[in-house]
Amino acid sequence: MLVALLAIMIGATILSGLVTIYYDVPRQMGAQFRSYGANMIFTGTQELFNMEDVEAGVRHIKASELVGVAPYRYETVRIHDRPIMAAGTDMDGARKSSPFWKVSGEWPKADGEIMVGKNVADTFRLREGDSLIATFAPETDGDEIILDNEMTFIVTGILDTGGNEEDYVYLSLDDLEELTGEETTLDVCELSVSASADQLTAYADAISNNVEGINARLVKRVTQSETAVLSKLQALVLLVTIVVLALTMICVATTMTAVVTERRKEIGLRKALGASDASIISEFMGEGLLLGGIGGVFGSLLGFVFAQVVSVSVFNSSISFRFGLLPITVIVSIIVTGIACMLPVKSATNVDPALVLKGE
Amino acid sequence: MGKDKVKRMSLLELRNVSKIYGDLHALDKVSLQVEKGEWVAIMGPSGSGKSTMMNIIGCMDKPSEGEVLLDGIDIAKETAKNLTNIRRDKIGLIFQQFHLVSYLTALENVMMAQYYHSIPDEKEAMEALERVGLADRARHLPSQLSGGEQQRVCVARALINYPEIILADEPTGNLDEANEEIVVDLFRRLHEDGTTLIVVTHDPEVAEVAQRTLVLRNGRLDHETINPNFTGHIKLS
Ligand SMILES: Nc1ncnc2c1ncn2[C@@H]1O[C@H](COP(=O)(O)OP(=O)(O)O)[C@@H](O)[C@H]1O
Ligand SMILES: [Mg+2]
Repeated sequence: MLVALLAIMIGATILSGLVTIYYDVPRQMGAQFRSYGANMIFTGTQELFNMEDVEAGVRHIKASELVGVAPYRYETVRIHDRPIMAAGTDMDGARKSSPFWKVSGEWPKADGEIMVGKNVADTFRLREGDSLIATFAPETDGDEIILDNEMTFIVTGILDTGGNEEDYVYLSLDDLEELTGEETTLDVCELSVSASADQLTAYADAISNNVEGINARLVKRVTQSETAVLSKLQALVLLVTIVVLALTMICVATTMTAVVTERRKEIGLRKALGASDASIISEFMGEGLLLGGIGGVFGSLLGFVFAQVVSVSVFNSSISFRFGLLPITVIVSIIVTGIACMLPVKSATNVDPALVLKGE
Repeated sequence: MGKDKVKRMSLLELRNVSKIYGDLHALDKVSLQVEKGEWVAIMGPSGSGKSTMMNIIGCMDKPSEGEVLLDGIDIAKETAKNLTNIRRDKIGLIFQQFHLVSYLTALENVMMAQYYHSIPDEKEAMEALERVGLADRARHLPSQLSGGEQQRVCVARALINYPEIILADEPTGNLDEANEEIVVDLFRRLHEDGTTLIVVTHDPEVAEVAQRTLVLRNGRLDHETINPNFTGHIKLS
């Protein structure tokens, strides 16, 4: 009996866990895929563009589908006399459109704060909380460097991406503007948009046609594979769920058969005492269905924990408990148990009281 | 059933009843009558068909041939479902191996018979246990009871629904003499209350307290003796 309960519980756990993931996967996977780069890029029609152009472009995208907007302006600055690429950006937007960036420490929050790439940090032996002096030297006169401007920053975090970003330093657009003394113009703007491939194309076309300063392009490869992998994953989850339910059913049926065999004498006795088939069925079915119900309830709760663990460890985000799933899991558990119990219970009604009570 | 030539209908009548397994005639054309309130013992060597006959009378098995009239109903022709109902309403069973449900207390075992019959009534079940002298053991599990006590629980269970016939298949087979005495005494009291008793036994002492003894041999009714030692009153109905 305990084995059956355990089987139902595990079945229900997998069921509710996978269904939760099944529904959350699209959301999670969307975020996950976007994290491998923005799926839309604005570039200027004439070399450079500015924030106003970006805002004009973004207006064409539904606010609820816009995950992150990261404008970038790149300038070469000097740190300890070495040229380093400085990227001015909107930290919030950059974080949203590049969620996979690993930052030890904090993202810059205020002006005067800077995030440095891992290689930069290694080169200059920088750690969180250190200060760093950056100078902007737009022109050189022979070997002599004409110091134009100089600012001190506090290093808040060190960026680890495994890519070029590790050679850069990141600061706010305002700071970069102050450092260079030149008004902000953008080199590129990365956008992360949560929409279907068709919708993305429509957005890109609309923006390119209607906003004069910018060209919108899609990062096509990622968005397409996103959809393909998603549907394959969902099919896999569905398949696993069905297999697990089938296994649960087999396990419950086996256990119930063992229980009926073990209690043959008792069943025979009950029949000898006048138990009708219906009451034998209702007793054993009742027991089975109760088991299904209890297993379902515990399974739902464990399933949530399971889904949560998977979600946190694989997708790095937590999910909320779906209360609607509880009754569904319980009902499915009960139905699965009921089907699994049908044959064993039928065999219980076939027990012959005469044979059982005769000898032994 | 109305075409009987016998004017007074017996409570139980077997007419040429046979039970055939392959070519083994476990019962071979047995005929007998048991009147209401009678106390009948059945003896015979092992394998002579005693249990087979009890199972048929107890509506747990059907004869291969012949008629079994219980209260005028031929149970050989009834459906399994009706047999269950007849068994439930008219028959109390006592077995050699007791057959108590191991995880239920004595009281609950008695109440289980009530449950299948009508509705459990704890007070009544308790009274039945009092009748067999086990009121103080009501909350014990079978494993906590001696063999004699377990069999007395079975007697309480058999009589709880006021059956027309109590069938006991070697009820003292697993009991020592003292407990055998107690159980026989219970039978005597049941008989005095008018219950019809059919008791299969190997033990001549258990047999001779009944009104008459039927002896089976090889599935046939070998002979019948009226017990001279019968001390109970003979009830004629
Ligand atoms: N289900 C059965 N199948 C085949 N033979 C059986 C079955 N039940 C009983 N018998 C045979 O019928 C005969 C009578 O058995 P039974 O009525 O149990 O004898 P008793 O109770 O007098 O010892 C025995 O030979 C037994 O082996
Ligand atoms: Mg026998």
